Amino acid sequence: MTTEISDAGPSEDGEPTRRDFIHIFAAATAAVGAGATIWPLVHQMNPDASVLALSTKEIDLSSISLGQAIKVMWQGKPVFIRHRTEAEIAEGEATPMGALKDDASRNDNLAEAVDATDAARVTARDGEARPQWLIVVGICTHLGCIPLGTSSGENRGDYNGWFCPCHGSHYDIAGRIRKGPAPENLEIPRYEFLSDTVVKIG
Amino acid sequence: MSHPSTYKPASGFDKWLDDRLPIVRLAHDSFVDFPTPKNLNYWYTFGGILAICLVIQIITGVILAMHYVPHTSMAFDSVEHIMRDVNYGWLMRYVHANGGSMFFLAVYIHMFRGVYYGSYKEPREVLWMLGVVIYLLMMATAFMGYVLPWGQMSYWGATVITNLFSAIPLVGEDIRTLLWGGFSVDNPTLNRFYSLHYLLPFAIAGVVMLHIWALHIPGNANPTGVEVKDVKKDTVPFHPYYTVKDSFAIVVFLILFAAFVFFNPNGLGHPDNYIEANPLATPASIVPEWYYLPFYAILRAITFDIGPISSKLGGVMAMFGSILVLFVLPWLDTSKVRSMRYRPAAKMFFFIFIAACLVLGYLGGKPAEGSYVFYAQIATAYYFSFFLIILPLLGFMETPKPLPRSIAESVLKTPKAGDATTAGAHNAPAQ
Amino acid sequence: MRQRNRGKGMTPMIMIRTLMVAAIVGLVGVTGAAASGSTAEKPIHGHWHFAGPFGTYDKDALQRGYQVYETVCSSCHGLEQVSFRNLGQKGGPFHLDSCPAGIPDTVDCANPNQNPVVKALAAQYRFQVADGPDDSGDMFERAAMPSDRIPGPFANEVIARLANNNALPPDLSLITKARHHGPDYVYSLLVGYEETPATVEVSPGQYYNPYFHGDMSQALRTEFLDENGHAHEGVEIPIGGVLAMAPPLSDGMIEYGDGSPATVEQYAADVTEFLMWAAEPKLEARKSLGVMSLIYLVILAGLLYWSYRKVWSDQH
Repeated sequence: MTTEISDAGPSEDGEPTRRDFIHIFAAATAAVGAGATIWPLVHQMNPDASVLALSTKEIDLSSISLGQAIKVMWQGKPVFIRHRTEAEIAEGEATPMGALKDDASRNDNLAEAVDATDAARVTARDGEARPQWLIVVGICTHLGCIPLGTSSGENRGDYNGWFCPCHGSHYDIAGRIRKGPAPENLEIPRYEFLSDTVVKIG
Repeated sequence: MSHPSTYKPASGFDKWLDDRLPIVRLAHDSFVDFPTPKNLNYWYTFGGILAICLVIQIITGVILAMHYVPHTSMAFDSVEHIMRDVNYGWLMRYVHANGGSMFFLAVYIHMFRGVYYGSYKEPREVLWMLGVVIYLLMMATAFMGYVLPWGQMSYWGATVITNLFSAIPLVGEDIRTLLWGGFSVDNPTLNRFYSLHYLLPFAIAGVVMLHIWALHIPGNANPTGVEVKDVKKDTVPFHPYYTVKDSFAIVVFLILFAAFVFFNPNGLGHPDNYIEANPLATPASIVPEWYYLPFYAILRAITFDIGPISSKLGGVMAMFGSILVLFVLPWLDTSKVRSMRYRPAAKMFFFIFIAACLVLGYLGGKPAEGSYVFYAQIATAYYFSFFLIILPLLGFMETPKPLPRSIAESVLKTPKAGDATTAGAHNAPAQ
Repeated sequence: MRQRNRGKGMTPMIMIRTLMVAAIVGLVGVTGAAASGSTAEKPIHGHWHFAGPFGTYDKDALQRGYQVYETVCSSCHGLEQVSFRNLGQKGGPFHLDSCPAGIPDTVDCANPNQNPVVKALAAQYRFQVADGPDDSGDMFERAAMPSDRIPGPFANEVIARLANNNALPPDLSLITKARHHGPDYVYSLLVGYEETPATVEVSPGQYYNPYFHGDMSQALRTEFLDENGHAHEGVEIPIGGVLAMAPPLSDGMIEYGDGSPATVEQYAADVTEFLMWAAEPKLEARKSLGVMSLIYLVILAGLLYWSYRKVWSDQH
C-alpha cells in the first residue's frame, strides 16, 4: 500500500523516503487502533462478573456420614466429596508409588507438583492434610465423562474408588488413575476449611 | 466505471488463483485502480462511512447476541447483565445503540447528497433504487432492534407500529395477528423480531454489494453532474486518492461517534426504555427514535378522511408513500441538468425540502395536538409537492446555469474542493 | 431572455421567504401550544461529582448514599439489578485495593466476592434471600452472600401494592437513567416536598411535590371552580403533582460515620450519587476509555489529513 502511495505524485522535496513516512506512520497508527479494538471484542467472551461471582462454593460436610460420598456442583462441574473410613485411608496410604499410572499429585492447593501420595491428595489450601475428606473434581481425565462410584450401589471399579463407564478407567480411593485409558489422576480443586465441617471450594 | 482491467498477477500463486477465481482482480479493479472523478467533495465520503457503520453494527450485534436472551421475562435483565457484568459489555451495547443513530445520520446525508447532485438520474436509476431498498431494510432492522431491550418504548413502539398494519382494508387485522404471533405484542413477537433483526443486516450487506456493483458500471457521479469525458484528465485512481480521503472522513465521523458512545451514550435514547416493558401502562408520550420522527409526523398529519379512505389508513399510506415515492424519483425529476449546482431554483426548493424534513422531525417528537398537527400538515404537503409537483415541473420551467465542459475544467475553476454549498457558489460561472 | 430569467428566479425567492416566515411564526406559536396538561417544576441543576468528561464518583458520597438507601429507601424500593458483589467491584462504594489488617493472606480483598466489608453488608442486610428447595423440599430464607442480588422489600407486585396504598414503589436500579435529567430529578424530588397549596385538595396518602409530573388542575378545590369545572380567573394552578411517597427524609434521621452534615440536602445528594452509580456502574471506565479514544482518533485524523494532502498534492 505504502509503495503505491509513494508513486502517486512527484515529491515536493525530492526525497521519497520522507514522503513515505507520513503514509507509513498514519497506516501504522490506524493499525495500532484496530489492534487495540480487537481486545474488547475478544475479552467479552471470557467469564463475566456474574460467572466469576459463583466461582467459589461453601459446603457443609456435617451431613456426610462415614464411608459416604456426595456430589456437588461447582463452576458447572461435579465435585465428589468422600468421607473416608480408617480402612480406606490405610488402603490409600499403603499404595506404592510404583503402582500408580500417574505419580503427580494433581492438587491445586499445592504450590508445586509432588508425588501422588495419599497425604498429597488430601491437603487443603492451608497445607494441612485431612485424610478423612477426599475432594476431587468428578470428571474423568480421559474424555470428560463422569465416573461412577459416588452414590451407594454404583460400580466403584477394581480399586474401590471410581469407575468411568465411558471407556473403562479405574480410580482408587484417593482418586488416582490405576487402570484404563485416562492419563491423569482426578483433579483436586482449590479448597479450604472454614471450620471443621464447612469447606469452601474454589 | 467499466474499464479494461489493469491487474497483473505479481506471483505464480496470484496467477494460479486469478485463472480460477479472479477475486483479487475484482478487488483491484474495483477499489484500487478504479477511475474516479477527481472532483468528489466530502459529501461523497459517506458511502465509505456507511460501509464502516454496517460493519460496526454487525460485529457488535453478533457479540450482543452472545449474551442477550430473547424472552419477555429475561430480555430486559439480560441487557442489564450485558451493561454490568459482561466484559466490555457496556461498550458493545452503547456502540450498537448509538451506531444505529450514526448509521441513519450518515444515510440521510448520503441520500440528501444524492438528491442535490442528481445522482439518481440516468444511467444510475437502479443504483438509486437499490439504495432505497437498503434504506427500507435499515428501517425495518432498526425498528426490530429497538424492540429487543424490552423497555417501555420498545414495547409500546412495537405495539403502535404493528398496529399500523391493521389499517389495511380487509386483511389488516389478520396481518397484525400474523406479525404478533398472538393477540398482542408478546414473547412470540419478541422471538421473531430477534430472528429477523439478526437476519436483515446480512440482507443489507447483500444489497450493498449490488449497490456497489451498480455504482461501478457507470462509475461515480460527481458534483458537476458532467460525465467523465477523458479518463486521464477527469479521473484519478480510487487508491490512493479516495482511500486516503475516505479514511480521513471515516475517522472524523468516528470522533463524533465516540463522543456519543463515551460521553453521552443515552442522549439519543429515551429514558422510558430503562423501564421494563409493562403491557398495562402506556408511557405519557410514545416517541420513536429520532430517525423515524419525520415519518411519524407524516403519519399523524393525516387527521382527516379522504373520500373512502379513513384517516388511519390515509396516515399509513402517506407514511409508506413518503418512502416509496423515492423509488420513482429518477422519473419524476424531468431536468436534463443533473446537479443542482447549476439549477438555482431547484437548489432553493431543495433547501426548503431539507427544512421541511427537519420541521417534520421536530414535530414528530411533539404531541399530536393543536398547531403541531397543522404545521405537520403543511410540511407533509411540501414533502410530497417537492417530489410530485416541483421536480416534474421545474425541469420544464427553470433556466439552468451553463455547465462546465468537463470535470477537469470545473476543477481548474474551483480554487478548493469545498462542501456542497460553497462549491456550488464557487462554480457559478461569471456571466 | 435575460429578463425572463430574472423573473423566474424571483418567484421561488419570494415563495421561500414567505415559507420561512410561516415556518418561524409556526414554530414560535407551537412552543406556546404545549402549556396544558401535565406539568412539573424544572429540576434543580446539581453540580455532580460524576458530571463532565472527566467526572468520577465520590467514593465517600457513594458509601453515605448506600447508608441512606439501606436505612430509608430500601423499606419500599428494591435495587434488583445490583448484587452485593457490585458494591465491592472497582469503582464501587466499598472497593478495597488491599486487605485491612487482620485478614488472612489467602483472602483477595480486591475481589468483590471476597471483600470482607461486602460480605458483612450482605450477611447483615435487613432482608434475607429466598432460596431452596432444601433437602426436605421446602423453600427457606438465608443470609445474603456477595453473589446475591440485593433482596427487595416485597416478594411480588401484589404485596408491594397492598403495603403501599395501591401504589407500586419503582425499583431504583435504573431510576437515574429512566427519568429525564435523572440525577437532578431524583435530588429535586427528595428535597422538593412542599406544603400542599391552599387552592388544591389532596386525598389522604398523597403528597404534593412540585417536581413530580402531574396535573393539579384536577385537584382544585370546588370553591375555585366555576359551574363548568374551569378555574376562576386569577386562580393559579400549582405546578407539579401528587405522589404516594411521603417525604422520606428528615434532618438528623441518619447519623453519618464521617461527620458529614445530617441534613435532608446532604442525604438526598448522597443517595442520588449512589443511585447514579447503581444505574451506571461503568461510568468511570467509560469516560477514561473515552478520553483515550478521542485523543487517539484526533491524532489519527491529523495524520490521515496530512497523508491526504500529500497524496493529493499533485492534483490541487
